[in-house]
Amino acid sequence: MGIVDRSEPMKATASQGRPIVRMRGVRKAFGPRVILEGLDLDVGAGEKVALIGPSGSGKTTILRLLIGLTEPDAGTIEIDGQYLWHSSRGGTLERADEAHARQVRRCVGMVFQQFNLFPHMTALQNVHEPMEQVLRLKRPEAKERARALLARVGLGEHVDKRPSQLSGGQQQRVAIARSLGLQPKLMLFDEVTSALDPELVGEVLGVLRELAHETDMTMLIVTHEIRFAADIADRVLVFDAGRVVEDGSPEIVLKDPSHPRTRQFLRAILER
Amino acid sequence: MRGALWDWAYAWSVMPDLMRGFALTVQLTLISAALALSLGFVWSVVRLAGVPLLSPLAWFAAEFFRGTPFLIQLYVVFYVLPNYGIAFSPDATGVLVLGVYGAARSVELYRAGLESLPQGQWEACLALNLPLSYVWRRAVIPQVAPVVLPMLGNLVIVMFKDSAVLSTITVLELVSRARDAGLASFRFLEPLTLAGLLYWAVSYAAARGVRRLEARGGHR
Ligand SMILES: Nc1ncnc2c1ncn2[C@@H]1O[C@H](COP(=O)(O)OP(=O)(O)O)[C@@H](O)[C@H]1O
Ligand SMILES: [Mg+2]
Repeated sequence: MGIVDRSEPMKATASQGRPIVRMRGVRKAFGPRVILEGLDLDVGAGEKVALIGPSGSGKTTILRLLIGLTEPDAGTIEIDGQYLWHSSRGGTLERADEAHARQVRRCVGMVFQQFNLFPHMTALQNVHEPMEQVLRLKRPEAKERARALLARVGLGEHVDKRPSQLSGGQQQRVAIARSLGLQPKLMLFDEVTSALDPELVGEVLGVLRELAHETDMTMLIVTHEIRFAADIADRVLVFDAGRVVEDGSPEIVLKDPSHPRTRQFLRAILER
Repeated sequence: MRGALWDWAYAWSVMPDLMRGFALTVQLTLISAALALSLGFVWSVVRLAGVPLLSPLAWFAAEFFRGTPFLIQLYVVFYVLPNYGIAFSPDATGVLVLGVYGAARSVELYRAGLESLPQGQWEACLALNLPLSYVWRRAVIPQVAPVVLPMLGNLVIVMFKDSAVLSTITVLELVSRARDAGLASFRFLEPLTLAGLLYWAVSYAAARGVRRLEARGGHR
């Protein structure tokens, strides 16, 4: 314990079990600014991974790549054994179309920093309508399941309210229920408490904690809440400038970071 | 010699003609507006869809129609196109040109409306894998309509007043009727004043309606 081989560059490819995420040689630039370069990342099915790193280091970009909101400039992304942007034909990779990406990302869900709920719909409609559309459920069944999900995130009494009638923490829980309704295998959480008033952070983290402990869903959580990450994650990845600089169990990464910048970054966060 | 003072009897006598013109003005405006708003919607979608060649062309055409005087467009269709075997009746020319001009102006309004929708709404739709038809029907249009409808309402009011220009291509709408009545009796005060009042009454009532629409949109 505590002995980490520091001669090897960190490669975030070690993980137990069948990988649900496999990124290889992924590159992403915005104009002349290269955000990610040669990124390899594996996430095993069922893993709860916390992604931490300074602002602007490319964390959001990684999540957006995984759900197909952003297309990589180079490299491959596999979700649950299927290429997101490519199809393999006779051993060679070909660029696949939007319909293919659509089908692959069906098992991925994402919760955004700004919730992005539909403001003109009730909490219940926000949750049950996507279930009808995507899972092809009949309305009564979708509604019943949506009610159960909203109750599970503690909003059983607020199902008929619109987002504007809910607090930020409640809205974010509706957004989590909306994603869960589609039964993703992989859930991406992008700083889901960053837009919340401090007193509302706990209720949302509580929902994430419960999901982490009680489901076998794979979770990729971008967060600045280090203590929370240490508490629920099996694995912590620290990013800096588009590279993985730390990868390991929370105990090792957070208590004994090998990289000076990681130490600096963690100190900055913990002192806030 | 009749003086400059208002002559009630004469005013009354020109009313039937004016009302006929008014009816045509309203009719032409409504048909042009229906053409403008539906064509404008399709036009906007094509413009924004990023289809090679077609989208830039749609963009250019909208800019062109918005950037040239309506009167010139009208004259070209009425006086020039018939030389090339393309001829319409005066009323049809009026509806067509006013409709296309309105459509070109509505493209800007639809664009502004769509841009008022936060990017995050589109991203949520994509992340949820929602089908495109649902995205437009349930997510986009209900949020964009309260923004766009008042702007479209104002556009229709402008088109209503712009339809007066159709008097220059022999369409017997309100201004033509007022002018003809004036020419027939060499007395323009009453018919022109009455015509102006009719335009004003409708514009005013419509503008109030638009404001109510705006207020309702703002309440959501
Ligand atoms: N659509 C975009 N266009 C241009 N630059 C972008 C875009 N999205 C992200 N970036 C830039 O990429 C960098 C990484 O962004 P991001 O992945 O959001 O970082 P993080 O989530 O770690 O804060 C930032 O410098 C950001 O400004
Ligand atoms: Mg971010």
